Amino acid sequence: MEEYTKPLPIRDERSAPFFDGLLDGELRLQHCLACDQWMWPVTLRCRHCLSDQLEWKASAGKGTLYSFALVHQIYHPGFADEIPYNVAFVDLDEGVRVTTNIVGTPNDELAIGSRVELATELVTHDMALAKFRVV
Amino acid sequence: MAASIAVAGLGITEMGKVYGRSASDFAAEAIALALDDAGLGFSDVDGLLVHSNLSPEMTVNLQWSLGFHDLPVLAAIGAYGSTPAAMFNYATRVIESGQAETVVMVYADAPLRPAGSAGAAYANANPPEGMDSVNVAHGFYGANVGYALAAKRHMELFGTTSEQFGAVAVAQREWAVMNPHAQMRKPITLEDHQSSRWVVEPLHLLDCCLVSNGAVAVVVTSSERAKDLRQPPVHLLGLGQFAPGDSKRTDREPGIYTGATEAGRQAFAQAGVGVNDFDFLEIYDCYTYTVIVTLEDYGFCKKGEGGAFVADGKLGPRGALPTNTGGGQLSSYYMWGFTPLSEAIIQLRGQAGERQVAKHDLALVSGNGGFLNFHGTLVLSTRES
Ligand SMILES: [Zn+2]
Repeated sequence: MEEYTKPLPIRDERSAPFFDGLLDGELRLQHCLACDQWMWPVTLRCRHCLSDQLEWKASAGKGTLYSFALVHQIYHPGFADEIPYNVAFVDLDEGVRVTTNIVGTPNDELAIGSRVELATELVTHDMALAKFRVV
Repeated sequence: MAASIAVAGLGITEMGKVYGRSASDFAAEAIALALDDAGLGFSDVDGLLVHSNLSPEMTVNLQWSLGFHDLPVLAAIGAYGSTPAAMFNYATRVIESGQAETVVMVYADAPLRPAGSAGAAYANANPPEGMDSVNVAHGFYGANVGYALAAKRHMELFGTTSEQFGAVAVAQREWAVMNPHAQMRKPITLEDHQSSRWVVEPLHLLDCCLVSNGAVAVVVTSSERAKDLRQPPVHLLGLGQFAPGDSKRTDREPGIYTGATEAGRQAFAQAGVGVNDFDFLEIYDCYTYTVIVTLEDYGFCKKGEGGAFVADGKLGPRGALPTNTGGGQLSSYYMWGFTPLSEAIIQLRGQAGERQVAKHDLALVSGNGGFLNFHGTLVLSTRES
């Protein structure tokens, strides 16, 4: 694998199940046993009811492209070769809006409202990112 | 409702690439200017409200770094661009109760360094950890990306165009040309806007606010006392605050439906005014898009029609709805909510010189922060009720 030069997520204790899920090809999120809502990002207590009865659960990994933007400014040298690259918000069917990139579609063909699905991308031997592709 | 507090003093330092001074240095200078403007002295101050922002100096510690002592009222208040509404609410309470008589509010920052670019000044903080590190791993840096995502969504839903964003930038630059405090005083055309480089598409460079070193300070006292001081009083007639918050739930989109609707409703009701009563508007403008969506949510036009509403240049010096009359944060200086606040004070007093609006009795001052997550509204007037 080529050297990965973009910033890597920094796994901490609380977020470890999320990153472990991605290595297994799953988008695992917290789900509240008290009110049946899903969480993004990781939290100690439910963002809807403040319950601490949260479980980790795989989402279906399907959603809709809420919006996207094309970054032309180089904020980090690791992205310099891909300018402009897309940053997107995807609305998961579980009810949370996640920050991601859309892969497999040229930027000028991206369309808000498209149905998308999880496409995990292994970037190092122990880190994967939750990207999405148009279905 | 009759006003109980009023602005009696305003101080604005030199703005922009002014190096060699800390945020505290700028704060001290702005406060000295504001007190002098009011005809008051250092020892008259019995309340200090520090605007929390990204500067580590902007805390209650500013009290002793500036030499204040024995203050009965001291707080650092932070709600991003909506902070003035929170500060005026607090100031009203302490002035009405007699806890303090002369309250200074100050915003100061010094993020620019001689070698750094403006965009890098805020974007490259320490690397985040845990879930916060997910954003940068996907290349989501700084506010530009968040606002670009909101603007793109608005364009998709309502057909808003980049040229309509450009109409905001051009109108505000026309104002800035006439503002001696402004950092950008060279006129621009819509073509200049369109040909300025993409920062984060759909935002061109000329859709984005400036970054400034500098400070603004405001002296507030009772409306009664303000009448006996040096400057024409600027009375607070109403205020509102509303924070839609969470934008990570699919049933919410504060980037399209902002807190201006509710903050405005509160402020207008307190002041007993309607949306058509304002002589001019000072609308938080971190981006051109922010102005458009905020105008919609106050009710100046219908949701989705903000782009078409501004396209005829009505926000500019020859337009029907004078807005951001000093150039705003796009063209004058970036002091968060203190940019619209300061310009409203100057215009209401009739001290805006070449850019003075003809009728200047009632102003709407609008603040916004986060990725359109926080909102604050002030209604300021030369009238006491
Ligand atoms: Zn819950």
